Amino acid sequence: MDKVIIANNLSLSYSSNETIINQADFSVNSGSFVFITGASGSGKSTLLKSIYGALKPNQGSLIVGGVELSGVSNTKLNFLRRHIGIVFQDYKLVKEWTIEKNIMLPLIINGYDKNIIQNQVDTLLKHVRLKHQAGKHPLELSGGEQQRVAMARALSHNPILILADEPTGNLDDYSSQLIWNLLEGAHKQLKTTVIVVTHHIPESLNVDYKHFHIEYGRINEVN
Amino acid sequence: MKSIKNHLSLVIALLSILFSMQIFIIVERSIEAYKENLASNYSVVIVSQKKLSDTNILEINKMISQAQELSPDNVITRLNTGMDSNNIEFLKLTLPKFYKLSLEYYPTPQEIVVLKKDLLQNKFITKVEDFAHTHDTTYKFLLLFKGVVTVFAFSVFIVTTLLIFKELRIWQFKHSERMSIMGLFGAPVWLRSAVLFRLSIVDALIASAFAFGLFSYIASSQWILEQFEYIGISVVVFDPLNDFILLLGVAISLSILLASLIVLGHKEEV
Repeated sequence: MDKVIIANNLSLSYSSNETIINQADFSVNSGSFVFITGASGSGKSTLLKSIYGALKPNQGSLIVGGVELSGVSNTKLNFLRRHIGIVFQDYKLVKEWTIEKNIMLPLIINGYDKNIIQNQVDTLLKHVRLKHQAGKHPLELSGGEQQRVAMARALSHNPILILADEPTGNLDDYSSQLIWNLLEGAHKQLKTTVIVVTHHIPESLNVDYKHFHIEYGRINEVN
Repeated sequence: MKSIKNHLSLVIALLSILFSMQIFIIVERSIEAYKENLASNYSVVIVSQKKLSDTNILEINKMISQAQELSPDNVITRLNTGMDSNNIEFLKLTLPKFYKLSLEYYPTPQEIVVLKKDLLQNKFITKVEDFAHTHDTTYKFLLLFKGVVTVFAFSVFIVTTLLIFKELRIWQFKHSERMSIMGLFGAPVWLRSAVLFRLSIVDALIASAFAFGLFSYIASSQWILEQFEYIGISVVVFDPLNDFILLLGVAISLSILLASLIVLGHKEEV
C-alpha cells in the first residue's frame, strides 16, 4: 500500500533548547484513518504543523505526498498544500468573507471552473446543513457552525489528506457528531487519508483506524 | 462606511503627496517663467574703443544672444553747447562705442562673473557694466522663494510618508490573517496579495482623480490667473495630460511599493 506520510528520525522544535518531537519514525498508509493522542503540550499539534509544512524538521526526514519537507521550496510546499484539507480548532476562517466564499477558497486556489465551484459549494453547504446561512459572515455563526464551515472548506477540493487539529474540541454534541460523520464519509467514500489530533477517540466512529500516542517527544503506535 | 474609512486614510496620504508635488512643479514653472521674463529685460552694457561686429561680440561667450550698438546721439546732444557740425562729427568718431548685450537666459551671479571676465579679455573692451547688484538681489529672492517652497514640499512629503508607514502597519495587521489562511491552502504569493494590490491601486486612482479635479479647478480659477498676470508671467498651472500622467504614476508607484512592503514583511504564522 502507498505511504502518504513517511517520517524517519524526525525531530521537531521551536527553539534550539527544547525538542518537541524527538527522533520519531512512523508512516501513514494512503486511505487510512489515524488518530494522534497525547497530553496537552505533548506535541500533537506540532506534528500536524510539520505535516502541512508550517514547521520544518530540525533533523531527519518527513515525506508527505511524495514531497520531502526538509528544505522544501515555497512552490513545492504550495503545491502540496493544494492537496491537503486542514481543520483547525480555532476554525481559521476569513472573517471578512461570507461562509460561501470561505468554502470556495481551496477551489479558487486550485483553479476550478466557476460553475464547478458553485455546485460543489452548494452540495457541501447542504452536507453541513448551512445552506440557509450561505451569505453570512463567520462571526455571525456559532462555534459549531463555524467548524462545520471549516470542515466543508477542508473537503471542498477532494484532498488526498485531511488534517484535523482537535476539530470537536469546543463543540456541542450535534456539531461534533456532524464533523465525525463528515470525516468518516470522506474516508469511506473518497478513500481520503484522515489524520485527527484529539484527546478522545469517539466510540461511535465506525472505521478501522491507526492510533499514535505522543509522550515525552516519542511517537508510539497503540494497538 | 467602514470600507470608505479604510480607503480614506491612504487616499488622503497619497493626495497630500500629490498636492505638494504639483505645488512644487507650479513653483518651478513660475520661477522659470519669471527668469525668462528677467532675462528678456536684463542686459549688460559694454564700452569699446573700436567698433565691434556682431559676430565678434557673439563669439566672446555663448550666453550672449544679441548685441545692439547704442547711439551716441543722446550724449552728444547733452554736450552740444554751440559746437559746429565738423566738431560734432569729430566727437562722434572719438567717442567710445557702447553696446547693449542681451543674454540667452537669466544668468547666475557666477555666470555673470565669467561673462565679465570673457568680455574684458577682448583688448578693445574697456568697461563692462553688469548691473550686478540689482541682478544679485532679484536672483537671491528667487532662490529664497524656491528654497521655502522646497522645504515646505519636503516637510509635507516626510509627514505623509510617516502617515503611509502607519497605514502600512494597519494594513499588515488587517491582511495578515487572510494571507496566512490562504497560504495554508497553498495559495501562491500573487494570489494571497491580489486583494492588497487591488485595494492600493484603487486608492491610487481615487487620489489621482481627486488631484486632477482639484488642480483643474485651480488652473481655471480667475483669481490664480490674475495673480500670475500681475507679476507679468504666464504659467501652465496644470497640464491635464502630462501632469496627470505624472501624478497617476507617482500615486500608483507609491501604492504598489506600500503593498509590496506588506507582502515582503508578511510572516506565516507557526
